[in-house]
Amino acid sequence: MQHTSATPIAWPESIEHGQSPSLAVWKFASCDGCQLSLLDCEDELMAVAGRVAISYFPEATTAMVDGPYDVSLVEGSITTEHDAARILDIRRQSRLLVTIGACATAGGIQALRNGRDVDGFTSIVYAHPEYITTLATSTPIADHVRVDLELRGCPIDRGQLLQTLAALLNRHALRLPTTSVCIECKARQTSCVMVAHGTPCLGPVTQAGCGALCPSFHRGCYGCFGPMESPNVPALRTQLGLLGLAGVDIDRLLNTFNTTAFAELEQTQIDERAPS
Amino acid sequence: MRRWLEVESGVVSGEPSIGQPGGQPIDWWVMRAGDLHRFISLLKSEFDEVIGPVAVDGVIRLRPIESADDLPTGFTEQQETGSYRLLETGTSLRFSYGLGPDSLKSIVHPPRSPVWTMRRHDGTLIVDQALHGTTTRAVIGARACDLRALDILERTQTGGQHTDPAFAVHRQGLFLVAIDCSHPAPTCFCDTGGDGPVADHGYDIAITELDHPNGIVYLVRVGTDHGRSLIESLHLAPAPRTFLEHRDHQHRSISREFIRELPKDAAKVVRLADHPHWNDVAERCLTCGNCTAVCPTCFCTDMDDIVGLDGETATRTRVWDTCFSMEYSHLGPGPHRTSPAARYRQWLSHKLGTWHDQFGESGCVGCGRCITWCPVGIDLTAEVESLGRPVEANA
Repeated sequence: MQHTSATPIAWPESIEHGQSPSLAVWKFASCDGCQLSLLDCEDELMAVAGRVAISYFPEATTAMVDGPYDVSLVEGSITTEHDAARILDIRRQSRLLVTIGACATAGGIQALRNGRDVDGFTSIVYAHPEYITTLATSTPIADHVRVDLELRGCPIDRGQLLQTLAALLNRHALRLPTTSVCIECKARQTSCVMVAHGTPCLGPVTQAGCGALCPSFHRGCYGCFGPMESPNVPALRTQLGLLGLAGVDIDRLLNTFNTTAFAELEQTQIDERAPS
Repeated sequence: MRRWLEVESGVVSGEPSIGQPGGQPIDWWVMRAGDLHRFISLLKSEFDEVIGPVAVDGVIRLRPIESADDLPTGFTEQQETGSYRLLETGTSLRFSYGLGPDSLKSIVHPPRSPVWTMRRHDGTLIVDQALHGTTTRAVIGARACDLRALDILERTQTGGQHTDPAFAVHRQGLFLVAIDCSHPAPTCFCDTGGDGPVADHGYDIAITELDHPNGIVYLVRVGTDHGRSLIESLHLAPAPRTFLEHRDHQHRSISREFIRELPKDAAKVVRLADHPHWNDVAERCLTCGNCTAVCPTCFCTDMDDIVGLDGETATRTRVWDTCFSMEYSHLGPGPHRTSPAARYRQWLSHKLGTWHDQFGESGCVGCGRCITWCPVGIDLTAEVESLGRPVEANA
């Protein structure tokens, strides 16, 4: 169930030299929720603070130390020219760059703008649209720079964040699950909301890691961890249709926090299966 | 006539020694609702934990119970491929339901099981093996298929050269109160895939809930000395012969309810590795692993290591794994069962085919859990049937 991350991580040299590695936390287009997951590690926060030098984390402290940094945690997606340039600079200053959360790893809910009339939206939403400078798209960090590790979720799982930091500090392998949310759901002995209640659920195509949180509260999974290792989106769509969901409602379900990820996958799978 | 009916008709028509107080030992006792309360109170005093069927979150599940009031009185369920719905019957029957997702596997081979903790002390690493405790558990509501699945699971975990200590401890503390199945789900096929719906071995106590015209009664028989001593301490009345005849009638009527069957050539056709039908299943299969989680005999596990932030402690936990996971087959160069077709084929061909080579029997008991709890309703009996059809020349 737990698996080695796809990207082997080269741990910062500073650890070998017995120094506390420096940690920076950066924000792009996002809600700050993933950064708060770090601050939410109440019991472990002091242990974290004791083992890393928190060099840049405006959400938590006004003290700022110039780079380079051993580890950068990056939250949010790229939505402006300014941010597209800023992430290049952060990459240059970071030995290890870890993206945290669905905005950073998949573009976030703000990627709903992609392929739509952004100027039209701006003119409706803002009194002075002429003040707004924005890109037509919201894109994941990995579209702009090399990313060493992605932690998914909206928000991320704080257990995964702590395991990442522990792996980093203690130089051991990090294992993150790549299987479906169903595996975690069954392990915690939650009754399947789709089979037993007829509730639409993206659990079977979504990557585990949250501990099957939503189904444990009788809610369907909304896919915030993005696609699992081998998601069969067309087959799930068929079943959601049998549960009474209209096509447009299935589209909405698949287009939330990982806006384009599921839809693109589905199209690829449909194309693969079409008779040539 | 099917095997379980032969066993049953032997019991009923073969002049069983029903026995009388003060004479022959009693083989069949009768319990009324009040006796059932006394019985569960007795179990509560005898065992650390009593687990039984409970209607919770719209599903009948095996959970710790406090008294007979927790049993799913008046509930039943409707099951189909990929669907389960809890229903109220308006009766006072307590065990008139088909299988839920929990089997005895959840108890003897739990989803997460501690293996060891490790800590650094004076420059050395100290490993403390996990203690699995000696909790004793009485489980009420195991069906015949659950008992058979426990046998199969036990052979996989303790039958070979190496015994799994956690399984052995959990199994040793288990006291089984079987309830004869009176309500097979449409997804079950134990009459062709297993040994049938009536418990004939593997229990300490077995109970038939009898929907008798004069009221609901519980017919009790015992399978072990421990079971006998508990039942005798309740001073129940011996069961009248008419009740046993009624029980036989009730069981016979169940045999007409099975609509699914496992084809006889299952063990052979699942080995047709190049059959095009594997790709057909793969188009529907989500590779989510629900089938292996609810299967009462699927036993595969992985290890999950958690290291403390301080690097001074680590814990290893054994967790359920699934052959539907790509990483399950990760060897040096990477996963070798990358296609969903290869993973479904691995599961089914082991369960119904190579399990025979490995353990001398099938790994399936016909409980149908994988059919009900598959989110897209894949039915292994139908897949086996398709695999048995001749491949068309141009397929």
